Amino acid sequence: MGILDINKLSLREINNTLQGSDDNSSFSIKNPKGAHALAVGINKNINVKVLGSVGYYCAGMNKFSDIKIEGSAGPGLGENMMSGNIHVTGDVSQYAGASGHGGSILVEGNASSRCGISMKGIDIIIKGNVGHMSAFMAQKGNLVIFGNAGHALGDSIYEANIYVAGEVASLGTDCIEKKMTKKHRSNLENILSNADVSDYYLDNFKRFGSARSLYNFNVDNAKIY
Amino acid sequence: MKKRSISLPRTSHTFDAYTNSEIRRAAETGIYDIRGGGSKRNLPNFDDLLFLGASISRYPLEGYRESCNTMVTLGDRFSSNPLKLDIPITIAGMSFGALSAQAKEALGRGASLVGTSTTTGDGGMTKEERGHSKQLVYQLLPSRYGMNPDDLRKADAIEIVVGQGAKPGGGGMLLGQKINDRVAEMRTLPKGIDQRSPCRHPDWTGPDDMEIKILELREITGWKVPIFVKVAGSRPFYDVALAAKSGADVVVVDGMQGGTAATQEVFIENVGIPTLACVRPAVKALQELGLHRKVQLIISGGIRNGADVAKAMALGADAVSIGSAALIALGDNDPRYQKDYEKLGTTAGSFDDWHEGLDPAGITTQDKKLAKRLDPKLGGRRLANYLNVMTMEAQTIARACGKNDLRNLEPEDLCALTVESAAMAGVPLAGTNWIPGT
Repeated sequence: MGILDINKLSLREINNTLQGSDDNSSFSIKNPKGAHALAVGINKNINVKVLGSVGYYCAGMNKFSDIKIEGSAGPGLGENMMSGNIHVTGDVSQYAGASGHGGSILVEGNASSRCGISMKGIDIIIKGNVGHMSAFMAQKGNLVIFGNAGHALGDSIYEANIYVAGEVASLGTDCIEKKMTKKHRSNLENILSNADVSDYYLDNFKRFGSARSLYNFNVDNAKIY
Repeated sequence: MKKRSISLPRTSHTFDAYTNSEIRRAAETGIYDIRGGGSKRNLPNFDDLLFLGASISRYPLEGYRESCNTMVTLGDRFSSNPLKLDIPITIAGMSFGALSAQAKEALGRGASLVGTSTTTGDGGMTKEERGHSKQLVYQLLPSRYGMNPDDLRKADAIEIVVGQGAKPGGGGMLLGQKINDRVAEMRTLPKGIDQRSPCRHPDWTGPDDMEIKILELREITGWKVPIFVKVAGSRPFYDVALAAKSGADVVVVDGMQGGTAATQEVFIENVGIPTLACVRPAVKALQELGLHRKVQLIISGGIRNGADVAKAMALGADAVSIGSAALIALGDNDPRYQKDYEKLGTTAGSFDDWHEGLDPAGITTQDKKLAKRLDPKLGGRRLANYLNVMTMEAQTIARACGKNDLRNLEPEDLCALTVESAAMAGVPLAGTNWIPGT
């Protein structure tokens, strides 16, 4: 396993090493101290363990790699990621998984506002609570919340699914509770199983998604914008 | 019998024919008007400026014998591979979805023929435009439709779009009529629904965040390609200063004559400032930071000919960008389709319902039959001809002002025809040494 120490290497040197490594390599990043743009743009099937908390955009645009952050993450964790897995043992700030196309993010703690904003296929699992406007304009994928969700959950949502085990402060425009069908129970089980999460009770989860009433402009809906 | 004198029918300036028709349309439909293009108002513009030319105090260059450089390098502040363009006229961002694949290909072909760049748009990068564009700028937009790191690494430059001159503070709009299977797939949305792109980026808010966003993009692309930041013409002094402070290599300022694929008419005509009013504040911001010519400035919004190019550059821009004019060069609003335009209730020259996908010229459409009307090779040739003409026109003016490089044009080469344009451009009213506001 390669050790990359931020006390000794520049951000460029660390990202360059990760981006240029061979498949199946493993790295530990020491002393991250809230560094921004760490482990971004990785395009290889590698394992990265970050020993501490990170700043903005950690693992941004990730493809293939598995990244574990033993700490908390700043805004934009895994933004626009395409595939691979991110596991955060602490909390995450705003916009976690923003516009993510694929792969998964597992957060042991809480997520701040706009978690999963514009998500396009990613699976995001938050073991704690999420802040307001989460899954705003979420297009595809799944946001699983074990705790409570803040106001305006799923505002202007498209075809993504939101599963919530706790309470929802309020739903956003055009987001409604939907039936938890057999298909969706199975979908949720698969998402959690893929993330090695087993400590849950399926019946606790409710499903939310789009009412699809705003998909094409209708003047009669003007008052709800 | 004596004929009585009568007054002529008097129409109202306030309630003119267009205004009245719009009131009737709103009353009938209950929805605001949506259209493409930029502002159609009679705004102060580059026509309100004139070049003084050389005389005893300035020495002209020979028109057909002495060279006048048009090459420009964009983005050498931090990137290791800046864009090196043969002409200072680039093609602005226009999306596949808003435009047909043939139109995107034609833009790439035309730009490449004359050694300049073209730009993607909302919806990502198509193989047609990458394949036919020697230098392609990849836009990072708030919607992030089609955004992926593989395309990011294929780009020759990245443009972070904060705003667009036609709709400062507004998001994109692509209505269901144009969302076919391919467009829907690229944008990860169901076919046939209205796509309203967000007005804000999903993962940052202010300039401090943007600085970190730029760092992330540089780290993903190995600090190789330039990062542009595009802002709408609204507060150009502050926006350009903040973009430069955030680490942009190039700042693009798009005035309100700049086009859009579709947005509300009320937005296009009432939000933002004219392109003419954008240039000097933008240049001043860079000068005060000691970054003029180090961070390059691109001006766009209603650029039509070589005189506009020369005027923008004389005011301090490093290059200009064209969108609507490029579409006209391809055949948009061409009188040969007059009968088709009439069927749509409009005329050649007035057609702006680009969002409906029924463009007779086959440019702003996803209809296969209509799109076939545009031959990408021929369209590319037409665009290249037009870009060459603009460049030669700008050179003609520059030589007459004694300049052997378009970037040597300066405000002192200009005067203004109106008090308003003198104030906006910061050049003297013709025949005086008066610059209003100084």
